Amino acid sequence: MADPEIKSYEPYHESRSAAVTESRPAQAVLMAIAFAFLGIFLLLPLIIVFHEALAKGIGAYTQALVEPDARSAIHLTLLVAAISVPLNVVFGISAAWAIAKFEFKGKAFLTTLIDLPFSVSPVISGLVYVLLFGAQGLLGGWLKMHGIQILFAVPGIVLATVFVTFPFVARELIPLMQEQGNGDEEAALSLGANGWQTFWYVTLPNIKWGLLYGVLLCNARAMGEFGAVSVVSGHIRGLTNTMPLHVEILYNEYNAVGAFAVASLLAGLALVTLVLKTLLEMRYGAELAATRGH
Amino acid sequence: MEVRVANVRKEFERFPALHDVSLDIKSGELIALLGPSGSGKTTLLRLIAGLERPTRGKIFFGDEDASQKSIQERNVGFVFQHYALFRHMTVADNIGFGLKVRHGPSRPPAQEIRRRASELLDLVQLSGLEKRYPAQLSGGQRQRVALARAMAIEPKVLLLDEPFGALDAQVRRELRRWLREIHDRTGHTTVFVTHDQEEALELADRVVVMSQGRIEQVGTADDIYDTPNSPFVYGFIGESNALPVKVENGEIWLADRPIGLAAPHAPEGDATLYFRPHDVELLDGCSGCIAGTVAASRRVAGTRRVELEIGGQRQRVEIELPVGHPAAQKSRVAFRPGRWKLFPAA
Ligand SMILES: Nc1ncnc2c1ncn2[C@@H]1O[C@H](COP(=O)(O)OP(=O)(O)OP(=O)(O)O)[C@@H](O)[C@H]1O
Ligand SMILES: [Mg+2]
Repeated sequence: MADPEIKSYEPYHESRSAAVTESRPAQAVLMAIAFAFLGIFLLLPLIIVFHEALAKGIGAYTQALVEPDARSAIHLTLLVAAISVPLNVVFGISAAWAIAKFEFKGKAFLTTLIDLPFSVSPVISGLVYVLLFGAQGLLGGWLKMHGIQILFAVPGIVLATVFVTFPFVARELIPLMQEQGNGDEEAALSLGANGWQTFWYVTLPNIKWGLLYGVLLCNARAMGEFGAVSVVSGHIRGLTNTMPLHVEILYNEYNAVGAFAVASLLAGLALVTLVLKTLLEMRYGAELAATRGH
Repeated sequence: MEVRVANVRKEFERFPALHDVSLDIKSGELIALLGPSGSGKTTLLRLIAGLERPTRGKIFFGDEDASQKSIQERNVGFVFQHYALFRHMTVADNIGFGLKVRHGPSRPPAQEIRRRASELLDLVQLSGLEKRYPAQLSGGQRQRVALARAMAIEPKVLLLDEPFGALDAQVRRELRRWLREIHDRTGHTTVFVTHDQEEALELADRVVVMSQGRIEQVGTADDIYDTPNSPFVYGFIGESNALPVKVENGEIWLADRPIGLAAPHAPEGDATLYFRPHDVELLDGCSGCIAGTVAASRRVAGTRRVELEIGGQRQRVEIELPVGHPAAQKSRVAFRPGRWKLFPAA
């Protein structure tokens, strides 16, 4: 049995390291492995992206970004994100509200459905849209009759992006709202607030950090999605190419500077997302802790 | 504002939380809903507020049928058990919320709202804390802010769910007195839920005792304590003794001896006799009494509690004696209940 008298004389850090069983060298090795791994798989590619992008100087770099096809790809990516992220916010809040605050039949089913895009390969998601809206697809004939173009056009890209991103906001908010319960909303109603005021003044402020976090992740995915979008886009240059698709095309054409220049924008987006995410977690860690679902 | 609950039944997915409950609350009255956990107190309070709709029955505010009105239309102040203060708003904004969300001309200007909030903070003795956030307040202070917020909308009825439930005993007693004062000053019709009988009996004008979704008894503290009308109330409020007895020829018999109590209207046969330990009359001789041997005796504050074993079955009852009473020294004590009640045998 340990003698508490003796123990209390030991300096604080000594007694701490006694509880950690690994020796100093072992710790160093473990940390080295972790950092080496991160370096090789994350940091190195990032450096290479920027290095390659700037290989022929800053002039070639900006040239690659302002060239019409690149601009159209950037434009399309921003458009897709601008449509799918707000849709996601509306859907995410509605779904989270329904699941967290009401009891209804099929609730478990809805919860499972929300997770579906996480468990299905994005390529499959894209193929589903081809089967639905393609010329031979279920709705293909009807769409053609009415002159509506979905596949190989912007609507198809938006649909595919919405599909692959729709769990982000909902998954972030469901545990948060479940934890908070109905109390605040009931209090607001009892004070005379209507439904909209209750949402705006009480619910939204209560979930805003979780929501922001979800939006951030959702946006990163919406701009970066490749698989599903690749299947439905048709790769029409200057028309249906998003940034990730444009990168691929340029790369296949041995236009390294062009490919990496556009890729550097995506990498920059990832870095900004990472920094914002870290800041959010640092400041509102407690509120977000409940939401570490994935 | 009078509130009348008329034959209300409430089911949650078939499970009846309230069976046919009726209750008249007078204007300006302070009423307590008292009962064990799960007896339906919160459910009744939420039905009055409009947070739940009755499965059957009606709720009237004055002469108006409020049953189909929404909670906003009912204009009630509700204080939640865990306060439900808006954590991202300051104390002043919390209190002013009910005024801020009003529409049109009934919405006071921002400055007026601030003034009202400060006034209410004075009333709940928290002047100067306008700028604090709920997280920066103690439990008792949050409780008061919640009350001020509920009163800001000038409610017709004030409803409080276990207002002091989460506080320690000292603060509880303080706030209890304070709530009574506020009530007397503002005159709101007030209903509060509690499962602390001391709190209910001390604070309320009338107490509603509930059990298993039913109202057992409604009355003043004296009514409830001195003349309980059911075995449940006898057992739940204060202390009591229950003895199995028989009624024959209009008299009460314990084993095969009459105990000197007449029950001319009780049905013949087995019954249970209920009485309070302090409501007894000590006797010397025993021709018609309850007699028992002293099994234990202990001093409780200003009195002495004596436990007696009675009859062949060694039934135990407890009675209270004055401290210096000679009977406490004897090994056998005879007595007769002063106030008592008979209920059919369980
Ligand atoms: N939303 C609900 N859904 C299903 N059952 C409920 C619901 N609310 C209450 N009940 C049930 O109704 C009964 C009465 O509950 P209620 O909350 O009114 O009790 P209470 O007297 O307030 O108890 P406590 O002192 O523990 O707060 C309980 O059996 C409870 O399980
Ligand atoms: Mg309750």
